[in-house]
Amino acid sequence: MRKRRAFGKWIFLVLMLVVLYLPILILAVYSFTDATQIGQIRGFSLQNYVTLFTTESLRNMIGGTLLLAFGSAAIATVLGTTGAIGAFYSKGRVGRAISTMNQVPVVNADVVTGFSICILLVVAFHISKDTYIPLVIGHVTLCAPFVFLSVMPKIRQMDPSLYEAALDLGATPAKALRQVVIPQLVPGIVSGFGLAVTLSLDDYFIATYTKPATFDTISTYVVNATKGAQTTIKTALWALSTVIFAVVILVVAGMNYHTARADRAREKAEKEGRAE
Amino acid sequence: MKFTRKSLGIPYAVYLVLFVVLPLVVLFYYAFTDGTGRLTAAHFIGFFTDPNALGTLFYSFAVAMVTTAVCLLLAYPVAYILAMSPLKYKSSVVMVFVMPMWINFSLRITALKEVLTLLEGNLARFPFLNAVVGMTYDFLPFMILPIFTTISKLDGALREAAMDLGADEKQTFFRVTLPLSMPGIMSGVSMVFLPAMTNYVVLDMLYNSTYIMGSLIGSYFAAYDWHSGSMIALILLGIICVFTLLTDDEEAGAQRGGALL
Repeated sequence: MRKRRAFGKWIFLVLMLVVLYLPILILAVYSFTDATQIGQIRGFSLQNYVTLFTTESLRNMIGGTLLLAFGSAAIATVLGTTGAIGAFYSKGRVGRAISTMNQVPVVNADVVTGFSICILLVVAFHISKDTYIPLVIGHVTLCAPFVFLSVMPKIRQMDPSLYEAALDLGATPAKALRQVVIPQLVPGIVSGFGLAVTLSLDDYFIATYTKPATFDTISTYVVNATKGAQTTIKTALWALSTVIFAVVILVVAGMNYHTARADRAREKAEKEGRAE
Repeated sequence: MKFTRKSLGIPYAVYLVLFVVLPLVVLFYYAFTDGTGRLTAAHFIGFFTDPNALGTLFYSFAVAMVTTAVCLLLAYPVAYILAMSPLKYKSSVVMVFVMPMWINFSLRITALKEVLTLLEGNLARFPFLNAVVGMTYDFLPFMILPIFTTISKLDGALREAAMDLGADEKQTFFRVTLPLSMPGIMSGVSMVFLPAMTNYVVLDMLYNSTYIMGSLIGSYFAAYDWHSGSMIALILLGIICVFTLLTDDEEAGAQRGGALL
């Protein structure tokens, strides 16, 4: 009886995985054929991949999305990290005010964030969308709060006397910050940056309301392409989905390998520590 | 001026005032003025007296509630089974469930659309069902992760104590484990409910032409009607405020962050 139930649990988990992955996998299989619709049975073909990497509009859109993601994530990381350090040490009202403002884009719907930035910059202040300024500001506003949130816990965990010690030993505050404080925050900064990149890559709404008409991110491009009827583009996007899926698998596997190794190293160090 | 750690916060504080607070102020201004800059409550009254707009509000709530309920019913068992399992690399297994959310959502919905078209023939036949399926497919990982995190952190001794005191497995679950996993459920709900009210692209892509709240902003944006659009954004903001106060916890934000990485 007990065993049967345990078995049922695993069946449920496997079923959930199948549901989650089946659409992506079906698309991946069909991306290697010249079928124009799934369900058709056709021969093997790499045409979709050729189209994906040779069509100019597709290449520009992929490059633009990546540039936007890494660029705005970099800005967001600098702002969010310095903001978190500043907010933590300005105790009281100022610190609380920064944390509260930081929370707004986090809980807000992306539609509202994107629309309000468009209203401010484009409608009220007449900044042309073609300058890319509204788009970059929109994406930095989307990402920076999450960098702030992932750096903050690391600042809380930090030993406050280290900074004092650095000052006592003659470091200037700027140097103490650079050489003592920041290095301890690196894990939080790195995960904040990664988070910022993924948020920007996945965004549709902020981009729609702030981007130049001639520029597309993956999301805006795909949404427009599904409205059109161009089948070569449609099936080339299946190839794109497959490429992204492969990249995600590689990154996640790499991350897991990394943490597993770090865990093992820590266990080993602990054992040796006990032995002494 | 002497450099201190506090002054590092100045650029970000200024940024937040300029691009988080100011946009909301301007939104407020546009929502309550007309094209000539005169103060008016017409957009506000207009929304609450227009049966179509109210219908949209109702439909959004319906989609969001059903989606949230379905996500919860599917995600809780997944999170529970994984958190309670004796597996050694639990967090790696959870990763497998959460990984799809790193694939661009529009591509995932494209994939889902192809499968649904194959199954249903004509997507227009089941618009509400497709909306819920699409949203659930999109947001499920955001529900699994916070619940998993909360259950994994629960002290097993509490369950043992309940058992020792004579509770059976069912009672232990409903009176100990479930109440203690509420924080995870709450942050999961807040990460699914609001996007489900506003993410109109999922509906568009699945050929559901019914509007939800987000679609209203989209259509006013396309029509350059900034004033009506701002009013909708403001109403959504109000709903978000009420909702945040209801699910109230500071961790929800950090959880959303944690859920993504």
